[in-house]
Parts: sequence; C-alpha cells; structure tokens
Amino acid sequence: MIRIERRLTEARWLVVAVPLGSLLGAAILSSIILFLTGHDPLATWARLLDRGFFASGAMSATLVTATPLLLTGLAAAAAFRMQTWNIGAEGQLYLGAIGASGIGIALRGQPALVIIPAMVIAGLATGAAWAAIPGVLRAYTRTNEIITSLMLNYVAGLLMTYLIFDSHSFWRDLSSFTARVFPQGKYLSEAASWPSFPIGGAVIPLGLLLGVVAAAVLWLVYTATRFGFEARVIGDSRAAAHYAGIRTRRKIVAVMALSGALAGLGGASEIGDFRHVLDPRGLQQASFGYAGIVVAALARLNPFAVIVVAILLGGLSNAGFSLQGATFPAGLVGTLQGLILFCALAGELLVHYRVRIGRPGRKAPPLSQVGVA
Amino acid sequence: MINDSVLVVIAASAISYGTPLLFAALGELLAERSGVLNLGVEGMMLMGAVTGFWAVQTVGGPGWVSLITAVVVAALAGAGTSLIHAFLTITLRASQIVSGLALTIFAGASGLSSYIGHVANLGGKPARHEFDALNVLGLRDAPVIGPILFHQNALTYVSWTLVALTLFYLYRTRPGLHLRAVGESPGTADAMGVNVTAYRYIHVMIGGALAGIGGAFFSLAITPSWLDGMTSGAGWIAIALVIFAFWRPELALVGAYLFGAFSSLAFTLQARQVHLPPEVFASLPYLMTIVVLVLVSTGWARRRLGAPAALGVPYVREER
Repeated sequence: MIRIERRLTEARWLVVAVPLGSLLGAAILSSIILFLTGHDPLATWARLLDRGFFASGAMSATLVTATPLLLTGLAAAAAFRMQTWNIGAEGQLYLGAIGASGIGIALRGQPALVIIPAMVIAGLATGAAWAAIPGVLRAYTRTNEIITSLMLNYVAGLLMTYLIFDSHSFWRDLSSFTARVFPQGKYLSEAASWPSFPIGGAVIPLGLLLGVVAAAVLWLVYTATRFGFEARVIGDSRAAAHYAGIRTRRKIVAVMALSGALAGLGGASEIGDFRHVLDPRGLQQASFGYAGIVVAALARLNPFAVIVVAILLGGLSNAGFSLQGATFPAGLVGTLQGLILFCALAGELLVHYRVRIGRPGRKAPPLSQVGVA
Repeated sequence: MINDSVLVVIAASAISYGTPLLFAALGELLAERSGVLNLGVEGMMLMGAVTGFWAVQTVGGPGWVSLITAVVVAALAGAGTSLIHAFLTITLRASQIVSGLALTIFAGASGLSSYIGHVANLGGKPARHEFDALNVLGLRDAPVIGPILFHQNALTYVSWTLVALTLFYLYRTRPGLHLRAVGESPGTADAMGVNVTAYRYIHVMIGGALAGIGGAFFSLAITPSWLDGMTSGAGWIAIALVIFAFWRPELALVGAYLFGAFSSLAFTLQARQVHLPPEVFASLPYLMTIVVLVLVSTGWARRRLGAPAALGVPYVREER
C-alpha cells in the first residue's frame, strides 16, 4: 500500500537532491530510448559530455549556448513565480533579435560604446513590448496568456522570415546580386560585436555576464522589493492579493514586460555575441525560448540556480547541435529536455509530499511533534 | 462552374484543414471535461503524425489495411504519450500546466517525434498510401454542396460521427453524466461512488488518442509525408478551440472549420495570384486565435462559459 501524505514543511535537502535526481533520471530514461533505437547509450553520452564540456573549446561554445538559455530561463522564472504563464519567450527572443539587429544596422559607423548599449536597450524594449501584448490581454480582458503568448511565437517567427526572405526590408542585405537571389540579413559592423572575456580555458560572452547581473537583479526584485512581494502574493493567491488591495492588473502587465525584456535581451545577445546578423532559420531551429521553460522548472524558479542549470543544459544543447548527423539523430536534445522536466515534476512531489509504503491506518504523530502546536 | 469559385474551394478545404483540429479539440474537450488540462496536444499530434506515417510506410497489404493500421498506431502513440501526463498530474498531482508543456517539449518538434522520424529515416519521402477524397453517394460534382460535403476523405466522415457520439455520450449516458460530475466537482462524484482517478486517466488517454489521429491526418492526408514539426501549432489552436466552443462538441465542429478556413485561405488565395506576402496569410490562424479568444473572454461570453469547475485542480481525496 502506497500512501502520499502532505509534508508540513518543505524538505530542505530535497531542494538540491530533486534537480540532481531529475538529471540522473532523465539520463537513464534517455539511455533506454537510445538503446531501444539501436544506439549505444554509453558511447552517446560520452560523446555528448565530451563535446559539451571537456573537448578543447567546448566550454566556450557551451557558454555561448547557455547565454540565451540563461535569459529565457530567467524570463520564465520571473513570470512563473507569479503564476503568470508566459510561454512566449521564444517570440520575445526573436523580437529582441529584430530590435537589436535593427538598431545595430542603423547605428553603423558609431563606436562600440554607443552601439552596444543601444542594442541592449533595443532588445530589452522590443522583447518587453511583445510580451506586453499577452500581458495586457490577460490583465484587462482575462484572456488566457498561455495561448496568446504561444500564438505570438509563431507570428514573431513569420515576422522574422518576412523581414529577410519576403520583403526588401531594412534588415535584408540587397547590396549584391547573390544577396538578392539568396536572401540574407545585413551583417552588423565590427563595432557592434559584443566583447568577450577569456577566463581560464573558456571565453565568457558579454551576454552571459549581463545574464548573471539580470539574475541578481531578479532575485533582489523578488526578495527585497515591494513589487516582488506583491508579485509573490499574487502568485500564491490571486484572491488574497485582490483583497489586500494589490493592483493585480498592472502587476501582470509589468511582470510580463519584465519577463519579455529578459527574453528580448537573450535575442540581443544572440545577435551581438554570436550571429551578428538577423538569421530567422538559425534562431527558429535553436528554440531557446521553450528550453528556457525547462531551465526555469529545473532551477525551481530560483534565479541563481537558473545560471547553473542554463550552463548544464547549454552544454547538452551545444553538444546535441554540433553532433547532429546520421549517427546522432536530431531530436535527442528536446527529448532529453522533456524527460528532465518530467523527472523534475515527479520529484516536486517528494518536496511537498511524503510517500509512505506500509499498512494504512497508522496513528498520526501528535501535533507537538510535527511542529504545529 | 460554380464549384470552382473561391468560396466553394475555401469551404471545401476548410473542412479538410479543420478535420485534424476537430479530432484534437474533441479529445482535449473530453480530457478537460474530466478536469485535466493537457497542454501537450501539439506533442501528441506530432507523435501521431510520425508514428502514423511510419506505419503506412512499413505495414504491407492493400492500401486500406495499411491506412487503418496507421490510424490505430497513431491513436496508440497519442494515448501512450498522454499517459505520461495522466500519471504526473493525476497520480503525482504535478502542475497540469508545466506537465503539459513538458509533454510538448518532450514529444514535439525537435523532441521525440523528431528523433523517431530521423532514426526511422522518414523525411523527404511521399507516403505509400494516403487518405483520398471519396465520392460519397456519387454526389461529388453536385453544385456547391458536392465538393464541400461529399468530396472529403474517410477520416472527415469519422470525425462527424465522433461529434455525434461525443454529444450522445456526454448528455445522454450515465458515464457521460459521471464524467461531467468528475470535472465539475470531483469530491461529489467520489462520494457518489464514481472512480475519479479512473475517469480522469481514461479521458486523458482518449484525448491523446484523438490528438494522435489528428496528427496522422497531417502526415496521411493534408501533406502525405513527414516533416519535423509539421502540425505547426495546430495542437495549440485546438486547445484554444475548446475554449471558443464553451466545452461543447457541436461548437468545436463549427470552430474547427472556421480555423480550417483561415489555414486554407493562405493556400487558396496564393494559388489565385493574390499578391500579399505569404507570411500575412500564414499568420492569420494564429492572429485569429488571439482575436477570437479575446472575444470569448469578455464579460458577456464569460457568463455563458462552460469551463468545468475543477479544471486544472488535482483531486486529493484526503484533502477533500
């Protein structure tokens, strides 16, 4: 007989054990899938870990992949903490990329000190504006933000495709004959490349540092400000927040915009740190926005944990993309991410509940022992 | 001839494009009626699309045997995928929102469905068999109604039967009554002696099976081939459809064809040399989903909404 009982206090040690166990569980489950489809699990994992973390230059590539994951992870954490389900980080990241590359092209010829801050601000602003749409609809017409934010991901993807492939837009390179036949975006100037900082064996992109700062700011906002307190109250009980006189509508819009700004910064860093051109196909294939949900959930919405998880999952994604081919089928990374989420969800049960195996009807401990009285 | 006019062509293809939405929406409707929100429809559809296509390529015999097997395989794949969600949310009481998202990430584009498609090397090949439009009662060429009602494929007619069956089940049978009770007030249903857990498991899995069939409609009828992420958001539109339909099967039918029309507009108008960027048409279904969702979320509609009261809430007998 298995019984599930609610714990009166969160088990502290499980807060660390559950994410670690989730990774292990997902590794085992994915090994089963690999085995069933005729791949050697151990060899595959060895290649994944080597290409993600240990091979020469792997860590630097991993940090580049971890940067957008960190920012979309923070975006998801910021919104989910208030039980506002912004699933639109994907589209907000695209918009951030559109905004940052647009301003980067417009400021061609300016020094880096002008262009780079402008790109950061543009990414933040366009991402926030795109996220504000489902935010306003949620707050003022009570429209389900999950579906609206998700639908806007597809629209944002089509918008990017339109700008590069089906129009003569400001973003598209029309300078040469080949560029007219094979559409591509305008490359940004040298000064628009974000600086990176070599530390140890790895190169840290500017976007990652901005992400770490953003994590600290997000943590401060949620623990030390009235705004964060009110957002947490709304998250725990919307009715209680309403009775307490908290302006829930404004807060929903603000938190959505904050979340979108973080995802937009992820898009800006993709342009500044990595691509230097608006690349619709590359950005859509990476699907950093959806992966951010996995990052946030595995980090249990803790901004600092998001940093660690983003680097871990960034390594797996980076290895997955670079190994992709006949012997290493596509789709393994998404499968792995899904499995990690499943395990994290199952593990969440252990944090809040105690699983008792034994005969039912055992006497409950006196209240003084469990610390209520 | 009148059957070549834009409106008739759009109406006929709206039904074709709307059919997968109808399957998926009916399935989601049943799951939600039991109180379980499953945001994994997109993932389940893609699993159905890839496994159905795999089955049609590998199962021999006459075309119809192969196609029926493919539909069964797709339904089983969808139901199997949904079982993960059922276990996590019903037995382990996990958040239905996060679990559903996890299901879409796990099974969806660049997830397991993509993995299966690549491992089995399904990409870039035409289907060996596909669902062709039938000539029902020989009325295919009847003016206006011919192409719209009598020139669809078998799965479309199955979906009409399903709407009728679902209506009958929900409102005219005892299990249907119990299902509605489970979704509205699981505590009361439990006290009546209804097995809440069993009802939820079964209906989540029926939902998965129907989503799987809806996905197979893409790979066996709309574009008879397999492409990673080929449903491109249809699963999410189906979830929105359940809301527009006020959780009623007959309205899901209307909604599915409305959205089928938005999807078909892109192809029909482009074929007729209407010069607008293709992205404008392609984004139409997504934008219209938002518009319609806002409309049904306003005060007037909200009063008439039929959302099951216990939707999204795990049922814990000890905490009743």
